[in-house]
Amino acid sequence: MEATRQHFSSDIGVMLGRSMRHILRSMDTIITVTIMPIAFMLLFVYVFGGAIQTGTDHYVNYLLPGILLIAIASGTSYTAYRLFMDVQRGIFERFHSMPIARSAALWGHVLTSLVSNAISVVIIILVALIMGFRSSAGVLSWLAVAGILALFTLALTWIAAIAGLSAKSADGVSAFSYPIIFLPFISSAFVPTESMPSGVRAFAENQPVTSIVETIRALLSDQPVGHDIWVALAWCAGIMLAAYIFAMRVYKKRT
Amino acid sequence: MQDKAIQVKGLQKSYKQLHVLKGVDIEVEKGSIFALLGSNGAGKTTIVKILATLLKPDGGTATVNGFDVAAMPDSVRQSISLTGQFAAVDEILTGRENLIMIAKLRHLTNPRQVADDLLNRFGLTDAADRRVATYSGGMRRRLDIAMSLIGKPQLIFLDEPTTGLDPEARIEVWKIVKELAEGGTTVFLTTQYLEEAEQLADQIAILHEGRIIAGGTLAELKKLFPPAKVEYVEKQPTLEEIFLAIVGKKEEK
Repeated sequence: MEATRQHFSSDIGVMLGRSMRHILRSMDTIITVTIMPIAFMLLFVYVFGGAIQTGTDHYVNYLLPGILLIAIASGTSYTAYRLFMDVQRGIFERFHSMPIARSAALWGHVLTSLVSNAISVVIIILVALIMGFRSSAGVLSWLAVAGILALFTLALTWIAAIAGLSAKSADGVSAFSYPIIFLPFISSAFVPTESMPSGVRAFAENQPVTSIVETIRALLSDQPVGHDIWVALAWCAGIMLAAYIFAMRVYKKRT
Repeated sequence: MQDKAIQVKGLQKSYKQLHVLKGVDIEVEKGSIFALLGSNGAGKTTIVKILATLLKPDGGTATVNGFDVAAMPDSVRQSISLTGQFAAVDEILTGRENLIMIAKLRHLTNPRQVADDLLNRFGLTDAADRRVATYSGGMRRRLDIAMSLIGKPQLIFLDEPTTGLDPEARIEVWKIVKELAEGGTTVFLTTQYLEEAEQLADQIAILHEGRIIAGGTLAELKKLFPPAKVEYVEKQPTLEEIFLAIVGKKEEK
């Protein structure tokens, strides 16, 4: 028991190295989690953007937070897929019959999700900079943005873990992510909610993505975040905690 | 007590309504090859999973290398290795990366060296840097077993190690199993092929409808049947013998 605890972080490091190789060797993953969000960004800025009135000087400044959330949502769907494959292929059984902590395999996937999503977020921000994105935010604001994105990633990763551990087929495993990828479209991520019909607007203004997007946008443009940041944090922390508890329960039952 | 690698008494396990194990007793001597025979769905894999600490039994006791599987699973895991029914290898990694990964998880000091030695021993050096997805069934199984040998566990579980392999690959696996036992490792294998048990095992147990219905050495099991009659028959080569003869000749050329 002592030995397994002592090696916990190095074991997770090995698991991280393994899944990062999986990502870098899968063209499909790289395209979906980085190139697709960038394509969205290009499309919205250079095709639709001219017709969208947001009140900001450059539409990419308005759009970027929503694009980042879409990238993270599609990134976590691959976490679910990798988890599912590990359970299916029996590699988890091998890990579990070895003298390493039982949860190391699962935490390895969670850490991979954080690291890989951080990489795609950085790449997307770099592309946005080339497209004209500018931020007046200071170091603290950037740290706050990183923290909120990390929390959002963790919340979705634990939902992904539930999906990956309980799915019956490889096709069904990433289905959970479609509604999440779609949520930013019915929020203030692309257009201000004022132009929406009242029913849609009520939904858009009260679903988690809007508060997260508004908070990140305010932080990046050096505006006061208001109470949005607390609503955003509450959503992320609440979802993360509930999903974590449920995922752990499924993990213990399933493996 | 100490010369037993595995002691199982009255082992019970149910999946919902299905009573799979109804009181299984098994004893395996240290350093021997033990074969658990049974048809599909007899519960062989369930027994392996309980002994490898992946499943909890509903009743009875099981000790592996002197450690109770329910009370001291960590000590059990230190001393065993499991090669599951379907080769538990990472297809996206190369053979070498698979071995290094397991060596690191066993916290060995020189994972690269361990990997090189095993690649060499299992004839996988040429394929070492190819992704496992490109391996044949036999190569996969060899890699799978090689991964299980890392850290030199005292006891190795092989759950249907030759199911789905072609005859040549099967004979290769048999050779590996024999070498393991010669090196002092205890081997617990399950199989549905009578011939495999006959070829390899020191002790054989037959699992049927949740119980061990017969057990012992091959000679003891043969005694359970009426004495052999002497008959004169013309011995035709089996299709497998023909196949191996042809393939063997080809390789010599």
